[in-house]
Amino acid sequence: MVTLQNISKTYNKGAIKAVDQVSFKVKKGELFGLIGPDGAGKTSIFRMLTTLLIPDGGVASVNGLDVVTGYKEIRKQVGYMPGKFSLYQDLTVEENLNFFATLFNTTVQENYDLIKEIYVQIEPFKTRRAGKLSGGMKQKLALCCALIHRPTVLFLDEPTTGVDTVSRKEFWDMLKRLKDQGITILVSTPYMDEATLCERIALIQGGKIMSIDTPEAIIKSYPSPLFAVKSSKMSVLLEDLRKQDQVKSSFAFGEFHHLTFKENLPENQQSLLNDLEKLGHTCLEMKEITPTIEDCFIQLMSH
Amino acid sequence: MKQFFTFVKKEFYHVFRDRKTLLMLFGLPIAQIMLFGFALTNEIKDSKIMVVDYANDSASKEIIQKLAASDQFELQKSLMSHREIEAAFKQGIVNLAVVFPANFNSDLLSQNSAQIQVIADASDPNKANSLTNYVNNIVRDYQQERVNESQLPYQIQAEIRMLYNPELKGATNFVPGVMALVLVLVCVLMTSISIVREKENGTMEILLVSPFNPFLVIISKAVPYFVLSLINLTVILLLSIFLMEMPFEGSLLLFYAESSLLIIAALSLGLLISNSTDSQQTAMLLALMGMMIPTMLFTGFMFPIENMPVPLRIISNVVPSKWYYIIVKSIMIKGLGFSAIWKETLVLVGMTAFFLFVSFKKFKIRLA
Repeated sequence: MVTLQNISKTYNKGAIKAVDQVSFKVKKGELFGLIGPDGAGKTSIFRMLTTLLIPDGGVASVNGLDVVTGYKEIRKQVGYMPGKFSLYQDLTVEENLNFFATLFNTTVQENYDLIKEIYVQIEPFKTRRAGKLSGGMKQKLALCCALIHRPTVLFLDEPTTGVDTVSRKEFWDMLKRLKDQGITILVSTPYMDEATLCERIALIQGGKIMSIDTPEAIIKSYPSPLFAVKSSKMSVLLEDLRKQDQVKSSFAFGEFHHLTFKENLPENQQSLLNDLEKLGHTCLEMKEITPTIEDCFIQLMSH
Repeated sequence: MKQFFTFVKKEFYHVFRDRKTLLMLFGLPIAQIMLFGFALTNEIKDSKIMVVDYANDSASKEIIQKLAASDQFELQKSLMSHREIEAAFKQGIVNLAVVFPANFNSDLLSQNSAQIQVIADASDPNKANSLTNYVNNIVRDYQQERVNESQLPYQIQAEIRMLYNPELKGATNFVPGVMALVLVLVCVLMTSISIVREKENGTMEILLVSPFNPFLVIISKAVPYFVLSLINLTVILLLSIFLMEMPFEGSLLLFYAESSLLIIAALSLGLLISNSTDSQQTAMLLALMGMMIPTMLFTGFMFPIENMPVPLRIISNVVPSKWYYIIVKSIMIKGLGFSAIWKETLVLVGMTAFFLFVSFKKFKIRLA
């Protein structure tokens, strides 16, 4: 459905390398996530796939059409929701939807079944101007507008950025239902916790793909057991952990610090706790945990 | 086609829902035509003058009466000595002083010639010139009356007729100029913002990733402003005919056809600016700076182009409003037909074609 082969993109005449030799494939009907922080190159990849930018190197195709030569056909078949809210703020919800339906040579009625579930949530506000909607509603409207022509591939660039937790969850539920309708979805997000909601993900950093697999497989491939530590003095604890000989890596993670050992010997855990106690830490707590995607990301980044 | 109409409808929504745009679209032209029509004219009315009358005889009194009765002058005061003149000038009370020597009437009768001194404040040379001309005319009028009574062997009279604008009204000169200025400014400004706005808001990204033909984006952007500009033009025309008593001698149809041509030229120039810039601010600045000053300077309604040095005269040829100004004056004031203005029309057509071609060329079907 969507394939990229050694795709590169530079800006400022080659001074900035935004995307570096990226290759991956998204299968038909798959919910594929591009996970990475701001500036990782996600938007550049989306823009190349939606024919808005021409790659500097490599080949990419959508529905078997080349993104450079087949741009006219691709533009008819895909749905695109840019990262920035890009509807007409001075048009009402209804006007926006009708406008985009007409733009794609269709009507709202014709494809209403596809957007119905999402649209009913914003329908009470259909006479409100899009600029006056809340963040979550804006995203729902934007999704409706991107779906109104029944695209075969949907490109969603950071659809949940700036949206509250509840709306984010709702949004992902909607994506799952759309996937069930057979729409291929490529979504990007800087939120690592959303990665597990995708079928397959690509972890991207500095324009390079670090790993592509299912979220479960990526978690499984974490090289060593991971531990979480807590004490009464968390900021000092991180510094002390980094000074310990047996610790390989440690970083702050929510209310715990995550760490891995150089050698995975059971006695290492006890000796570390003893050492920390000598350094004056109280209420020490340590447990082995399953890594999250964020742990994997940090681990991959340090390589 | 349905897509196109929906797009045009959307553009109308944008215009009507933005109060600032609306105000600019309709407020600006009306304000300008009023300003130029009433406030900023180069006609001189009720200029303050004073008179020193050493003669105090029938002839001098009659001339003073004529001066006081004219629209152009307002007799401020009569002085006893010409020494007070300079003081009055310095205080700025008067712009012109007329001095009659003693024995004015008897000189006139015995020697068939007499002199009047006219002193003008020439710190504003144009005004001083006009004022002395008015005085000259009034004195000549008086002379004419006297000539009929006495018998002179011969005399030459220059009979001057001011064609098309016998009263030398300023509005006749300004209105066509303001029309050109308003149409060019409004059209260029509005359209130049419109495409850039889509780029800035990110909507251009979605428009591009759709089957909609990019060229139709350009055309449908221009349609609403074309319609609104025609309404604008009608408002200006009505104002100038009924409020400023402008003549309208020629064909209304031809006038609208030629105006449409200028509007299209201005719209395509606006689209060109829009396609070449990335922010609304740059576009607006470019449109204002790039259009306002050249249009004011080189249209010919403020400063006569004939008096400019050769390089400036050459530059004036690339200003569309210059040609439109010539066309409108010919139609409105002289009542000429198409045969008299086909050359100017051709120039405008050429310019429009050029702007359109370049802006289509510059339209990007991708983001970068």
